[in-house]
Amino acid sequence: MEQSFAGPAILVEGLTKSFGDVHALRGIDLSVPRGTVLGVLGPNGAGKTTAVRILTTLLRPDGGRALVEGHDVVREASAVRRSIGLAGQSAAIQIELTGRENLEIIGRLYHLGRAASKARATELLEQFDLTEAADRAAKTFSGGMQRRLDLAASLVGQPQVLFLDEPTTGLDPRSRLGMWEVIRSLVAGGTTLLLTTQYLDEADELADEIVVIDHGEVIAAGTSTELKGRVGGDVLEFTVPDRPRVGDAVAAVTKLAEGEPHIDEGTGVVSVPVGVNGSDALIQSVRSLDEAGIETSGLGLRRPSLDDVFLALTGHAAEEEDADTGGKRRRGRRKGQPEAEKAGRASS
Amino acid sequence: MTAIAIQPAPGAPGLVTRARWAVSDTLTISKRNLLVWARVPAYIVFTVIQPVMFVLMFRYVFGGAIKVNVPGGYVNFLMPGILGQTAAFACFGTAISLAQELKKGVIDRFRSMPMARSAVLAGRLVADTGRMTVTILIVIGVGYAVGFRFINGVGPAIGMVVLAIFLGIACCLIAAFTGLAIGDEESVQAFGLIWLFPVTFLSSAFVPISTMPGWLQAFANNQPITFVIDAMRGMALGGSIATPLWKAIAWLVGIFVVFAPLAVRAYKRAA
Ligand SMILES: Nc1ncnc2c1ncn2[C@@H]1O[C@H](COP(=O)(O)OP(=O)(O)OP(=O)(O)O)[C@@H](O)[C@H]1O
Ligand SMILES: [Mg+2]
Repeated sequence: MEQSFAGPAILVEGLTKSFGDVHALRGIDLSVPRGTVLGVLGPNGAGKTTAVRILTTLLRPDGGRALVEGHDVVREASAVRRSIGLAGQSAAIQIELTGRENLEIIGRLYHLGRAASKARATELLEQFDLTEAADRAAKTFSGGMQRRLDLAASLVGQPQVLFLDEPTTGLDPRSRLGMWEVIRSLVAGGTTLLLTTQYLDEADELADEIVVIDHGEVIAAGTSTELKGRVGGDVLEFTVPDRPRVGDAVAAVTKLAEGEPHIDEGTGVVSVPVGVNGSDALIQSVRSLDEAGIETSGLGLRRPSLDDVFLALTGHAAEEEDADTGGKRRRGRRKGQPEAEKAGRASS
Repeated sequence: MTAIAIQPAPGAPGLVTRARWAVSDTLTISKRNLLVWARVPAYIVFTVIQPVMFVLMFRYVFGGAIKVNVPGGYVNFLMPGILGQTAAFACFGTAISLAQELKKGVIDRFRSMPMARSAVLAGRLVADTGRMTVTILIVIGVGYAVGFRFINGVGPAIGMVVLAIFLGIACCLIAAFTGLAIGDEESVQAFGLIWLFPVTFLSSAFVPISTMPGWLQAFANNQPITFVIDAMRGMALGGSIATPLWKAIAWLVGIFVVFAPLAVRAYKRAA
């Protein structure tokens, strides 16, 4: 390995890329020190895949530059290819072939030789808990297993820098946790990792540093703790079991709020940014809610989550931008029927 | 990770190494493609059973009604046509597989690896040529069973098979370009039908062109499939070879010259 190079594993400066009128990247900067994990967080269409494709030599940037392990992704593309692994947004495996065949073929294409390719495949199948299914056609694999096989394929060449584009999108919660486990063990082995995700908790869980991108621009960067600090303090949170009274509850605590109170329509959880005097606010809120005769459950203070960060940074929750229509849709956990309404109707 | 000592290629490989890799990567990819092909029953049906059905249908259903003036009768007229069509149709597989690989990100993975850049396309063509050759030999076997005979000697017979294979490769190049440029399996399939069916049927493959209406004759007499099949027929059964053969070769060379660079460019740009 090229230990001689001392700079960051990934360095990106002023990277731009447009597809016709669509400005997928409007000048992003990144620096990922060796052996660390960068989480690139952004909603649909933010430009995550475009950035990954440029860094993995699949796409030429319009402007700016990108270095991986000190090599320019355009001028020294083949040097870059020798040091990276890529697991793209869809599982790039051949489903007609077995798990083992998929990995052995990749090994041969890395010029490992027959015996070493076989050994490496066996080792990876073991590591990714696929040994039992190894000799079945990959089309019989579950989505989680296919994803793991795809990740294994990206590691055949023992890359120094690994790119994972939304590794857990579409997985059920259990497979997601399994995937996190696998990724953590990889990182423990010293691999530099750039991971894109739409899930705030995923970035929080896996990344040392996080950059938030939206509309092709980095809108925030830092550790998870630093980003949470950007929200400026604590969040008061509670649920109102009597759903029709949520509005009254919000009104009762509005005077404490240092930002816009947020009601999650799915879960009915009310979050109120209360700034630095969290405990005062907590006591005040108990009083006000009690005076107003509103029962609450789970009342408490918490450190802000990345959801709050996104809200604070962009003025909207992590939404997806529909490129075709320009319309916005709520996504992920925040989606769902406004249950407050349903409950209201049911009780009347 | 338990360490199996693998030497990651440290510096840039030399020219000789690169040339060796270009060959070995092409072979790896073609073996892979043949393995995939062997695992999908539907592919085998399309590549083997369909041409065999054509042989039987034309030989026994339509054949009686078609009058031809060649030694050995309609079955001898038919077989070079069927073989040319079989070779041309092999390119469906090329286009569809490339479009699928593109969509699934398989090509992205290959392009992000330090393997030979040429191997994905070259390996695809090698595998498809192998597959096509097997199909052609099977169809010739079936032809023999229903009365077809080469009556012009072994050398020209081999020449006929080779010409069919080159026709197939030319079509595969066109298909590789369209598959990568369109990148969507269904559209690629539809697009293939739009040009392949007319050019193979509106040719001398199945009926003498003189039985077609005048305006069709103008097209059928001057298109490459007709030249190739006329040359193949000449080689199989005797008769004039030189004129159609030169025209066929000129067309095939032209297709190679235009579509090989287009396919390579589409591969490099595949997004
Ligand atoms: N090949 C392309 N041609 C045209 N537009 C493109 C192309 N690739 C990406 N785009 C556009 O560029 C923008 C950024 O896309 P990109 O795929 O990078 O987003 P993303 O953050 O990966 O989104 P997602 O979470 O949906 O994967 C989008 O508006 C997309 O429509
Ligand atoms: Mg993406």
